[in-house]
Amino acid sequence: MQPMTDAMSSWAQAGAVLTVQRWVVVIGGLLLASLAVLVLCLQFGATSVGMGTVATAIMRLLRGDEAGSPGLATSEIIMVQIRFPRVLMGFLVGASLAAVGVTLQALLRNPLADPYVLGVSSGAALGVSVAILFGIGSTFMLLPVLPLFGFAGGLLALVVIYRLAQSNGRLPVHSLLLAGVILNAILTAFIMFITSIMEPNRSAGLMAWLMGSLTAPGYPALGVFLMYVVLVLGVLMHKAQSLNVLTLGEETARSLGVETEGVKKQLFVLTALLTGAIVSVSGMIGFVGMVVPHAVRLLIGSDHRLLLPASALVGGMFLSLADTIARTMMSPAEIPVGIVTALAGGPFFLYLLLWRKDRML
Amino acid sequence: MTTGQIDVTHSGLSAESPAIEVLGLSFQYRTSEGRGRMWTLDHLSFHVDTGEILGIVGPNGSGKTSLLKVLSGLLPAGEGDVRLGGLSLRKRSQTDIARVVAVVPQEYAQVFPFTVAETVLMGRFPHRTTRWWSLGIGDETAKDLSCAHQAMVDTDVLSLADRLVSDLSGGERQRVMIARALAQEPKILLLDEPTAFLDINHQIEICSLIARLRTERRLTVVLVSHDLNVASQYCDRVLMLKDGGLCRIGSPEETIRPDVLRMVYGCEVVVDAHPQTGRPRVTMPMNAVVQ
Repeated sequence: MQPMTDAMSSWAQAGAVLTVQRWVVVIGGLLLASLAVLVLCLQFGATSVGMGTVATAIMRLLRGDEAGSPGLATSEIIMVQIRFPRVLMGFLVGASLAAVGVTLQALLRNPLADPYVLGVSSGAALGVSVAILFGIGSTFMLLPVLPLFGFAGGLLALVVIYRLAQSNGRLPVHSLLLAGVILNAILTAFIMFITSIMEPNRSAGLMAWLMGSLTAPGYPALGVFLMYVVLVLGVLMHKAQSLNVLTLGEETARSLGVETEGVKKQLFVLTALLTGAIVSVSGMIGFVGMVVPHAVRLLIGSDHRLLLPASALVGGMFLSLADTIARTMMSPAEIPVGIVTALAGGPFFLYLLLWRKDRML
Repeated sequence: MTTGQIDVTHSGLSAESPAIEVLGLSFQYRTSEGRGRMWTLDHLSFHVDTGEILGIVGPNGSGKTSLLKVLSGLLPAGEGDVRLGGLSLRKRSQTDIARVVAVVPQEYAQVFPFTVAETVLMGRFPHRTTRWWSLGIGDETAKDLSCAHQAMVDTDVLSLADRLVSDLSGGERQRVMIARALAQEPKILLLDEPTAFLDINHQIEICSLIARLRTERRLTVVLVSHDLNVASQYCDRVLMLKDGGLCRIGSPEETIRPDVLRMVYGCEVVVDAHPQTGRPRVTMPMNAVVQ
């Protein structure tokens, strides 16, 4: 074996492979950018507030002051009770959507895949719709129950797709995508059926949620969601190397010692879990899971050890900004953030489909 | 180059157990019952010596690729056994196999922008040492980097290290895949149609690369090829499959013969001697009439 030479360190350092230094620089930079975006988004809303109010509100929150305790100005109450949790939730949802997108794209070796293409989101949405139809979880502790219904629905959709597409003990990519398209149509029909038998005012709420909208959650709900995100992202990070090798193709991955079937099942459960949580709090927000990983990949490459956390941070920023637009554009009325992401992401998707065919599967 | 030239002197092991032993191997794809009870691979027995290049040829659907997949553990042996260095595949995990056997697939289409260096480093996956707290970042050891470096030097892709695999030509991509396989530090290299989609200069390039690697790294090579002339010119021995059964195995002179080819492929061909190597050379007859 040759010793380390100058020539060798040149390709290892020159951006050809991921180094610890590059990881720290990119992730550190994105964390700072995320912080800046969050502070920016906190200032805008039906009532715009200055940086000073944002700062004092954050300070009070960190000190543990109860919202509503004496001495709080109205703008500070808005900040602490409504805008702060909402912006944070938007960031977490965006981050999760991007992470789920990255994972599914690697699994399917298709840069156009996201939870919507596969029908995972529809499955989760059906699960949540069923829960809402039967009045389950319409209590104060909304969050811990609905994500589980979403998870069950999303996982069920995945299992059905898996069974449909599986042939000869393997999972060919094309039949998987096709199964996703068909399943999506069927699940959407079920959701439409549920909305049609609901009382009009409840079904209107359901429809608004389905379009993808964020609301200000209570802090316990935010905490539960944060727990989901941290847990799933952590496990996904540990699978990052396997995701890299999986993009070589399933058989090559297996010949390199990846237990592909087992890894895929684990990843499907993880993505269903996170998708269930996302859908239960924000409905069907499209295109974040597809657009963000794609753009990030073009800028920093495909190594999932960096791509996964970087996409999560960019996804968080993207949705925070999109939600700020949704909150302020028609102020004081709000439009569903799903409309903003679809208007931004849809044309991008078409561009990829029409002019970048060579890069697609 | 002759068969015996490589062995014995360096490797005490090869005298005891060959690199690959196939003992009464049968394999069948699981299909719905009733139809298709035929064996994809039917009671094959042969061995491959250390440092040997074995070519597997045969008509379409004769089981060439299936055989390669069984040898690499991607498909389970139905009956019989495959032993690598004396140890049965059944007793090895896939990671264990990956440290001994590297597979170069027929085609490699990468849809994501990975660099050549990143791709070659993936060959180190079976040797990885992951520390749980590091999240996999910076896990590459000096040995991983030097193995990848040497693999890129040997396949002449070092200058492409920071290029994207998706931007390369077919021949370059094939060399990258061989580099990725070499980074595994395998003892056995399996190649599925390594020249199938390449034009003649890249065919020559890949074939001489394989011949050179065998000598330099003392690799045992098994390659599947459609091209009888590739098998004849570059392989020490040729294994001929027909309907999943072993039809003939031996030197190119023993296997690439008009009577054998008529039996296996059911057609007449012209076999003469290659002007430079004297090995059998197959060409189509002037008036290609199927018997």
